[in-house]
Amino acid sequence: MLKAKIFVQLKPSVLDPQGKAVTNSLSHLGYNNVNETRISKYIEITFDSADREATEAQTRKICDSLLANPNTETYHFELEEI
Amino acid sequence: MRVSVITFPGSNCDHDAYEVFVRRGHETQMIWHKDTDLENPDLVILPGGFSYGDYLRCGALARFSPIVKEVVSFARRGGLVLGICNGFQILTETGLLPGALMMNQSLRFICQHQHLKVESANSPFTTGMIPGTILDIPIAHKEGNYYIDDQGLKALQDKDQILFRYCDAAGMSTHEANPNGALDNIAGIVNDARNVLGMMPHPERAATDSVCNLDGTQIFTAIERFINGID
Repeated sequence: MLKAKIFVQLKPSVLDPQGKAVTNSLSHLGYNNVNETRISKYIEITFDSADREATEAQTRKICDSLLANPNTETYHFELEEI
Repeated sequence: MRVSVITFPGSNCDHDAYEVFVRRGHETQMIWHKDTDLENPDLVILPGGFSYGDYLRCGALARFSPIVKEVVSFARRGGLVLGICNGFQILTETGLLPGALMMNQSLRFICQHQHLKVESANSPFTTGMIPGTILDIPIAHKEGNYYIDDQGLKALQDKDQILFRYCDAAGMSTHEANPNGALDNIAGIVNDARNVLGMMPHPERAATDSVCNLDGTQIFTAIERFINGID
């Protein structure tokens, strides 16, 4: 079995109001050296397959068609044997 | 005219829209998202709500409902489609409209009266309206912060695709009058072919005499003018 560990992130050009709010909170906590916080999504998918190449292609297709919005987000992932 | 209102699991403004069109004398159908027949409409409404619980991204999962395939093909043939609030989010996810609706800059759900300025009469949805007209139409959303890249924004501006902008009571589209952080105060846009409109404000909530304002009727009147061929 293979597990895809997928990160979906906002493009650098897209404002992240949640990240900004967290940066403000961190500053209230005294962490004055925090420049920026960006919030991402982390998604795990388990595949009943041992074929890395095919699973990689499939994961890319899944990300392109559903998990990431190409207008605002980018993604990257790694495959792990489980 | 014939109007088809789509209901997704989690839609909650479908009956409001249905009621408005019935009261205006139109033959109106409620269409379940698993259906595959739009029943030959002149206008399709994608209503507000929280389709699929807003899981993953607002509108992302509704895109895979069987009826949406029919809506996309209807729109590609030039059919009129109006997406309101969650309907706007679904239209961007299907690719019928450019850009995306991000979380409000305030991170809050906003439910309030909102002034909008009509920017263009050049669309089926604003036929006969006078640009600069100020409408008071409620908004109710947490993800209404319209985003598009610089090139896309320029294309919307150059092609007169921005139909409504958030403004103040005097019609000024200022930063203060922008409720959610939307780029260029964008409240509603049409596609390149001008037959698909997405808007965050809810005209169906300002269109019956049981509520205190009727400005939403101006949009429905404009659509009727277009369908009836009156400029």
